Amino acid sequence: MLIGVTREPVGETRVAATPATVRQLIGLGYDVVVEAGAGALSAFPDAAYTEAGAVVAAAEDAWGADVILRVNGPSPDEIGKPRDGAYLVSTLAPALNPDLVDALTERDITVLAMDAVPRISRAQSLDVLSSMANIAGYRAVVEAAHEFGRFFTGQVTAAGKVPPAKVLVAGAGVAGLAAIGAASSLGAVVRATDPRPEVADQVKSLGGEFLPVVVDEAAQQSADGYAKATSDQYNEAAAKLYSAQAADVDIIITTALIPGRPAPKLITAADVASMKPGSVIVDMAAGMGGNVEGSVAGRKTVTDNGVTILGYTDLAGRLPTQASQLYGTNLVNLIKLLTPEKDGKVVLDLDDVVQRAVTVVRATGSGRGEKLWPPPPVQVSAAPAAAPTAPALAKPEKKKLSATAKLTLVFSGIALFWLVTAFAPAPIPQHFTVLTLAIVVGYYVIGKVHHALHTPLMSVTNAISGVIVVGALVQIGLGVRPVQILAGIALLLASINIFGGFAVTRRMLAMFSKGN
Amino acid sequence: MSAASIATAAYLVAALLFILSLAGLSKHETAKQGWVFGVAGMVIALAATIGLSVHDSSVRGTTALIVAVATVIGAVVGLWRARIVQMTGMPELIALLHSFVGLAAVLVGWASYVEVEDKGLGSFAGSLLRIHHAEVFIGIFIGAVTFTGSIVANLKLSARIKSAPLVLPGKNLLNLSALLAFAILTVVFVLHPALWSISAVTAVALLFGWHLVASIGGGDMPVVVSMLNSYSGWAAAASGFLLDNDLLIVTGALVGSSGAYLSYIMCQAMNRSFISVIAGGFGIEAPSGAGEGEYGEHRETSAEQTAELLAAASTVVITPGYGMAVAQAQYPVAELTRALRARGVDVRFGIHPVAGRLPGHMNVLLAEAKVPYDIVLEMDEINDDLAGTDVVLVIGANDTVNPAAAEDPSSPIAGMPVLRVWEAEHVVVFKRSMASGYAGVQNPLFYRENAAMLFGDAKTKVDEIVAALAAQPAVPVPA
Repeated sequence: MLIGVTREPVGETRVAATPATVRQLIGLGYDVVVEAGAGALSAFPDAAYTEAGAVVAAAEDAWGADVILRVNGPSPDEIGKPRDGAYLVSTLAPALNPDLVDALTERDITVLAMDAVPRISRAQSLDVLSSMANIAGYRAVVEAAHEFGRFFTGQVTAAGKVPPAKVLVAGAGVAGLAAIGAASSLGAVVRATDPRPEVADQVKSLGGEFLPVVVDEAAQQSADGYAKATSDQYNEAAAKLYSAQAADVDIIITTALIPGRPAPKLITAADVASMKPGSVIVDMAAGMGGNVEGSVAGRKTVTDNGVTILGYTDLAGRLPTQASQLYGTNLVNLIKLLTPEKDGKVVLDLDDVVQRAVTVVRATGSGRGEKLWPPPPVQVSAAPAAAPTAPALAKPEKKKLSATAKLTLVFSGIALFWLVTAFAPAPIPQHFTVLTLAIVVGYYVIGKVHHALHTPLMSVTNAISGVIVVGALVQIGLGVRPVQILAGIALLLASINIFGGFAVTRRMLAMFSKGN
Repeated sequence: MSAASIATAAYLVAALLFILSLAGLSKHETAKQGWVFGVAGMVIALAATIGLSVHDSSVRGTTALIVAVATVIGAVVGLWRARIVQMTGMPELIALLHSFVGLAAVLVGWASYVEVEDKGLGSFAGSLLRIHHAEVFIGIFIGAVTFTGSIVANLKLSARIKSAPLVLPGKNLLNLSALLAFAILTVVFVLHPALWSISAVTAVALLFGWHLVASIGGGDMPVVVSMLNSYSGWAAAASGFLLDNDLLIVTGALVGSSGAYLSYIMCQAMNRSFISVIAGGFGIEAPSGAGEGEYGEHRETSAEQTAELLAAASTVVITPGYGMAVAQAQYPVAELTRALRARGVDVRFGIHPVAGRLPGHMNVLLAEAKVPYDIVLEMDEINDDLAGTDVVLVIGANDTVNPAAAEDPSSPIAGMPVLRVWEAEHVVVFKRSMASGYAGVQNPLFYRENAAMLFGDAKTKVDEIVAALAAQPAVPVPA
């Protein structure tokens, strides 16, 4: 089948396939046609696509392909361009654009929405929301650093001491975590908030400090893996936290989004007013109404007290080469899923939850598509397991002996030992003494052995246990023929042990060397 | 000053030297010294015994001849085996050597029985004779168990028999009845010494040792090998009682208790009960239903991508497992380590206590390939650093890096301490296929978003990475 990659609308810098992903698509058995100039803004010239094996052609040829890959959904006049029965893959935001979905249903094509991938572990490799959020979070820090008049990192220089910048990241989702990582690697002091306390470890792992919002509220986690709307009590506590932090930090990056709802207002106008002049706020949710009072989608605004608020909605597109590469890889992974035989033929399996979830419209062959939106809900793997109790019951904890029971055991053991020794005839008690002391010595001697030396230790003890040869030697001397034969064989075996054990230990020890 | 008293004094010196030898082997700095002490102790013990034996013997010529011939043959075979053994084959060799000690103990026991039968009751009076009979039995029993146990361990380790645990119906009952039979036969023998009962006990012990180790799977071999090491010590100690020889008792007890302690450390590392190890047939538990759950898809990567990842990393941890030994990949791994260190990458190794088939197996392999031992760390030393590591390479390890052990209480390996590799930024798992590890437990690590699979022979793949790494532009080393 033929895959077409078309040019994106004006204002979009990304492209749905890069030369690298084109190669992978061809590897899956497809032919690829790329509209001339499609990758220009992402720094992928037409020649690079040709070199990767794609055909560079006019717009009609790309739109006429069997599978059309795009970053953005089609504009109204583009809806008619794909041929009947074609597949159209792009981001669509079907929940927010019911009109677009209806318009697409008028066509007899199959439409797959890349931003409808369910959040299950299996589908992570095609989750564009995550891959784009990651880029956007990084870019948000870069934009903030660009506007910010100071270093991020603290320094002590001949010209004086520079304090590190303080960054607050609201929301530790994919974008938030990317922002935390980028800001802390620039050297800033990073703090982060999130209604889900379990992300604290992730924040810490990226070098941030997690600021918990302290309220008595169980289970902030929702079943679908996204943060859900929060309670009033929680909001009140969070607002206090944000007010306190706003007055202290230099940079705020907000990433709070709730699917299908306007973004929550986290930072009030009063909070913004309390910030120091020169501070920067990046409102990554500006396109969804904004987390910050006073942010304007797609614009940079400066408040009266000199605080810069960035409401850019195209943060991922500001790293077009990177964003295209990751988006393109997400698409390749989707195509892989759709091409189980790797033979260049798309097979849509609606019984597969991932494929079902992304399919918005299905071609029927009757001149109209069948609308499959919204898909049935998918329970994500990240959600807490409902009942982990059953297997736990099957495996009861082992009973630990109480301290008294242990003491009793030890003392009765010692008493028994005393009895045996006391009543044993002449040489036995003496042997027992030697045996017991040797056991104790062996235990202590071995106690602190370096783990790496376990094998040499074992082969040396093995050689030493060849000392049984002493027994055989004593018996050989007795001069009784059958005894001599048996003891002679024992001597032979034990000497293999002694010589072999020591030799192999020496070989091993010679290998251990310390690096410099 | 008699010959006997000279020998006794020599035994004392030898015993002390053995203790110093074990103590020396606990540290890298003193390990070679420890080896010298061990050899010295053995030379003294042998010289004293041979001297005494020849001196006391009524047939000096024959004695000296047998000693010389047997020792020379033993020495030649031993030195030859030690020289040609591959480091990856070390577990097999050590298991085989254990079996020799076991067999020697059995032979000494038999010889002692024959001797008493032959010479009559001369030196023994009253209850001492009975004690001697009991000692013969105990010596033979421990020796025979060590013998067949080690043979089975050797066969399993060298893959000449299947390493899967043997599960006979009522195996615990079988073990118990073997012990019971041993007790009854001992009583019978003490009262009426006879050839049939000593033969019977030897047979029972041989079967018991075989069954004991056969019912333990290949993955638990580190414990089994050190357990057999311990048994071989006890066999020597039992012979010491039998022959009234303190050197044997001391040395046997040293080896026995140190081997037992080592097994105990291994058991802790696998979160297994020490008692159930000693009893044999532990660790067999059907995976619970939860193991069949939805894990999602794994991601594959290539040698080139891994090389890129490594070139960009500043800290790398390599966690090898038995798979590295099987693929003989230690040399390419060492080569990779050198290449990365030359680029200024901080490379370390994280070794799980039960990685491989012998305690410390991985350390020996890495040392063989000239990896400096100060970058080869234990699990506990490295576990907390893994979260700050850029790339972890898991080479032929599976169960020892399984997050299910830490996170899934229903998992058969729940509670076993593991290397927390999944906390690192990226994990690359070298594996031949998606099959589960020895424990038969599916590994959720492979499906983590930060994990990628590199399928193929570990040695070839590491070689490819080294080649691809050479093509990567060098990153300036920060001053």
